[in-house]
Amino acid sequence: MSKMNVKMTVNGKEIESLSEPRTLLIHFLREDHKLKGPHIGCDTGHCGACTVDLDGKSVKSCMTFVGQANGANVTTIEGIANPDGTLHVLQEAFKEHHGLQCGFCTPGMITRAYRLLQENPSPTEKEIRYGISGNLCRCTGYQNIVKAISMAAQTLNTQEAAE
Amino acid sequence: MIPGSFDYHRPQSVSEAVGLLKDKGDEAFIVAGGHSLIPMMKLRMSTPEHLIDIQDIAEIKNISIFGSDVTIGAFVTQAEIISSEALHGICPVLREASLQIADPQIRNVGTIGGNVANGDPGNDMPAIMQALDATFVLAGEEGTREVKARDFYEAAYFTARAETEMLTLIKFTAPAAGHGSCYMKQKRKIGDYATAAAVVILTMNGTTVQNVEIALTNVADTPLYAEEANRLLIGTSLDDASIKAAVEAAKAITDPADDGRGPKDFRTHIAGVMVERAIRQAATTAS
Ligand SMILES: Cc1cc2nc3c(=O)[nH]c(=O)nc-3n(C[C@H](O)[C@H](O)[C@H](O)COP(=O)(O)OP(=O)(O)OC[C@H]3O[C@@H](n4cnc5c(N)ncnc54)[C@H](O)[C@@H]3O)c2cc1C
Ligand code: FES
Ligand code: FES
Repeated sequence: MSKMNVKMTVNGKEIESLSEPRTLLIHFLREDHKLKGPHIGCDTGHCGACTVDLDGKSVKSCMTFVGQANGANVTTIEGIANPDGTLHVLQEAFKEHHGLQCGFCTPGMITRAYRLLQENPSPTEKEIRYGISGNLCRCTGYQNIVKAISMAAQTLNTQEAAE
Repeated sequence: MIPGSFDYHRPQSVSEAVGLLKDKGDEAFIVAGGHSLIPMMKLRMSTPEHLIDIQDIAEIKNISIFGSDVTIGAFVTQAEIISSEALHGICPVLREASLQIADPQIRNVGTIGGNVANGDPGNDMPAIMQALDATFVLAGEEGTREVKARDFYEAAYFTARAETEMLTLIKFTAPAAGHGSCYMKQKRKIGDYATAAAVVILTMNGTTVQNVEIALTNVADTPLYAEEANRLLIGTSLDDASIKAAVEAAKAITDPADDGRGPKDFRTHIAGVMVERAIRQAATTAS
């Protein structure tokens, strides 16, 4: 079976590899390009720990072959912080409101929340819970995650209004 | 879990895809979203030597509506179905049901074509397609042919589609204006297939049932079109006795598996509960 040339823009940088077609996007990111932010929790599409942003949509990278993502624009948790290195409002909010315990789900959770707030900048609590329903957390009981996302939404909206 | 090796293809047209299917024979599989296929490949229950990714084929990516005639391309995602206001306006059950499939990430990727072509009795769209009396358009080397959703499903993972054919379009006539509808699904958690689910599409004429289409998900090897239940409800005023008779008729055609979702009898019972609730809910939206 022949290898294929895979090219993607990941966190604003063009990256390329010669990959076996059966390589999953999560392995391409973690193993080939050492982006260890997205995690492998379940490997079956349920937990969302592997969530990345692909062409403006949240997807589970354990359920995507590299070929399917060839040519795409991908953002992982490594690309969420501000260009000057300071934390993104969502990351600050997770820190501030104790939106994590062990942190295993956090990269997927924040990457999903990042997209959710672009789809719906002022979500209700119910909409947040539904919006992150593809991301499981075994530690927090979700309460503080929901709170963090909600607070981040408010901060982002205030910042935008000020601009 | 690492899937077996394969060669990857990305055709640009239906004819190119069909050509590949013919050349590679039963070693080739179409991959749409991959969200049913990749889990099977990880388990090595599916080991294709060629994967044909259909994401670049423009002609299978649209929802088009002319009057009440609806055509949905096989590569339309569940998220696109949810966000189509035009589709929701004439056939709200599709958004309602799509929102009950998995979670936001999966719905961004999973396609309606993959959902109906897969042949897994757990998939939610096939029963709805049976209730809508949809037609599936299959492209093969000799051109296209059409198969009714009600005739498409043969057994778990066996459908009327030949291995060398590709599903391109799904066509149906939207139910009459003023119809009521409901997809009622019981599942254990978000991202779970149904313990049992029922779709009801109901047209009233005053207080009398003019037409009703009921179908069931995940309570047999295939989706089930509940013909006898429909017959028992048409012409009634949806009185309790008629609903009960229809529920019993729907339960009678189920043959669910014992699995983690519960023993057989329980799942048949839940199918009945879903049918009754869906009928009553559809009635509240019919005018
Ligand atoms: C965690 C999780 C939860 C899920 N929960 C649900 C649920 O509750 N309800 C539900 O219905 N589904 C559920 N799914 C499945 C999901 O909806 C799939 O996306 C869908 O069933 C298949 O669509 P796909 O585009 O991903 O198809 P693929 O996985 O790409 O394909 C599925 C099968 O159909 C064939 N195929 C695909 N497109 C075509 C075509 N155009 N012509 C011919 N053959 C084709 C493929 O060869 C393959 O055999 C879930 C999936 C996951 C991972
Ligand atoms: S690792 Fe991808 S969803 Fe769990
Ligand atoms: S913080 Fe431990 S899984 Fe979410």
